[in-house]
Amino acid sequence: MFDVKRHSATLLSFPFAFVIFAFFVVPLCLVIMVSFWDYNSYSIIPDFIFTNYQDIFYGCVKSLPDLCTSFATYISSLKFVFITWLITLLTGFLVALFLVFCVSTLQMQIVLFLLCTIPFWTSNVIRMISWIPLLGRNGLVNSTMQNIGLTDSPAEWLLYSEFSVTLAFVHLYTLFMVVPIFNSMMRIDRSLIEAAHDAGASSFQTLANIIIPLSRPGIIIGSIFVITIVMGDFITIGVMGGQQIPSVGKIINVEMTYLQFPAAAANAVILIITTLMIIFAMTKLVDIRKEL
Amino acid sequence: MFGRGFKLSLGIFFTLFILFLYGPTLSILVLSFQGPNGGLTFPMRGFSTFWFESLFDGVGVIDIWGAFGRSIRLGLVVMVLTVVLSLMAGMAFRKRFPLSSFLFYATISSLIVPSIVISLGVALEFRIIDDAVKAIGGDMNIQWVIDDFRTTMGLFSSGLGAQLTWTLPFGLLIMFAVFNRFDPSYEEAARDLGAGPWQTFREAVLPIIAPSLIGVALFGFTLSYDELARSSQAIGGLNTLPLELRGLTTTVTDPTIYALGTLTTAVSFLAISIFLILFTLLRRRTAKAPRPESAGP
Repeated sequence: MFDVKRHSATLLSFPFAFVIFAFFVVPLCLVIMVSFWDYNSYSIIPDFIFTNYQDIFYGCVKSLPDLCTSFATYISSLKFVFITWLITLLTGFLVALFLVFCVSTLQMQIVLFLLCTIPFWTSNVIRMISWIPLLGRNGLVNSTMQNIGLTDSPAEWLLYSEFSVTLAFVHLYTLFMVVPIFNSMMRIDRSLIEAAHDAGASSFQTLANIIIPLSRPGIIIGSIFVITIVMGDFITIGVMGGQQIPSVGKIINVEMTYLQFPAAAANAVILIITTLMIIFAMTKLVDIRKEL
Repeated sequence: MFGRGFKLSLGIFFTLFILFLYGPTLSILVLSFQGPNGGLTFPMRGFSTFWFESLFDGVGVIDIWGAFGRSIRLGLVVMVLTVVLSLMAGMAFRKRFPLSSFLFYATISSLIVPSIVISLGVALEFRIIDDAVKAIGGDMNIQWVIDDFRTTMGLFSSGLGAQLTWTLPFGLLIMFAVFNRFDPSYEEAARDLGAGPWQTFREAVLPIIAPSLIGVALFGFTLSYDELARSSQAIGGLNTLPLELRGLTTTVTDPTIYALGTLTTAVSFLAISIFLILFTLLRRRTAKAPRPESAGP
């Protein structure tokens, strides 16, 4: 007979596991499967072909050193990933450092932490378009620059450019760095820092030899978040780039609107593999489960 | 431990960061009260609720209020499911069960696999289900399938599923954080006093973790209400508010879009306030309740 008590954990996990299975594991497998299918203008056809992948990299090697569309897109994405990662890491680290070591009461720490977190629970699109009045052609920044005589004509690179995309990424996703780094820093035993101080360590030495190494798990988790989000993004790049800057997500999106599902799936697989390669080394360095 | 100057500069940095976080949104808030002749940027040409009125009259062909209602309803369903399923799974993960590691890593992956890929996968899944239903209906000559069946995709099927892949991981991670700090001696005490498993859960475990469940609910509702990337391909025929909003960014060129932004941000802030107040109240009640001498540290 089935023993409910012995299998209680399995039963409890079942609804959660079902949703993850039905809406994550199965769809992911379908993406991989369909990337080998054939298609015509109105339907997708079960098959096992590699043409979808060949199409992505068609002429890419031959045309080197000129970049084909796929290579150019990936290099553009990687550039955004690297710059965003660097800025969010630095900002997130300093914000967490302030919250953990410069705010004296726990209550104040929680209030300020929430202050950082609240925008995360509001609309991303609104937070993107909220840059328009500041960065637009007649925006606050341009009119101020013209008024104080820095420039004669409005700067065009402020909005709908790589600059505005990067700015939006930093604006939207620094929180993903702050939270895990904050979490790691809160676990640092204060007596370690006092000991370092007593032994004559400078602030910089404490930072370099105690705080940064002990914040490493948080730094890695935050990095994984930021890297994967930026890598797969197409909405921020679309809205803030004025639909002019290419991204892998955008390619997938366009192919889907033309119902070219197998081509979109092949692009998705390449995207996942690229992202996995970036974060694989990082997950090797830390066990996420122990850090919560 | 840090010098005064160092602390001061960190404080200034933090203040600038908060300004950076909130400043742009505030500018939208102010500009949504732009006068009728005002444009998308400063200066303010008068002060009016003109653009809110224009919003209430509707934005072009788009049914904003329909989308708003759908977003709220979907948000509430996602919230309830996220709380219940994460709590159950969180309890399950305190013990070992078959494939628990696999489930954990699948959940984490669900959080970090690019959203567009999940959206594509869910869309594919439902497209294949649709094809199967049509094929079976045709083969077996089921009349309503042949005449009326369009798609299984929709707000509460594919859309709901796609959003849960985003909210459930957050829910589970919060539950991990909660149960990692949970003192099991409360449960043992309840059991020693003769409580059954259900009574132990309801009267010992639930009151202690209730504030955290409010936190999970906050994530569930707000993340769903603003979710965009995962539902983008998988929502079916009728869009949610964020999806309509994204469309409007390219078509609307007057402050109506700011009025809409102010409105949806107000809803978010209302939700956040309700959850935070509930959280504080529950926390206070838990703190006040007489507690047994703890056996552990």
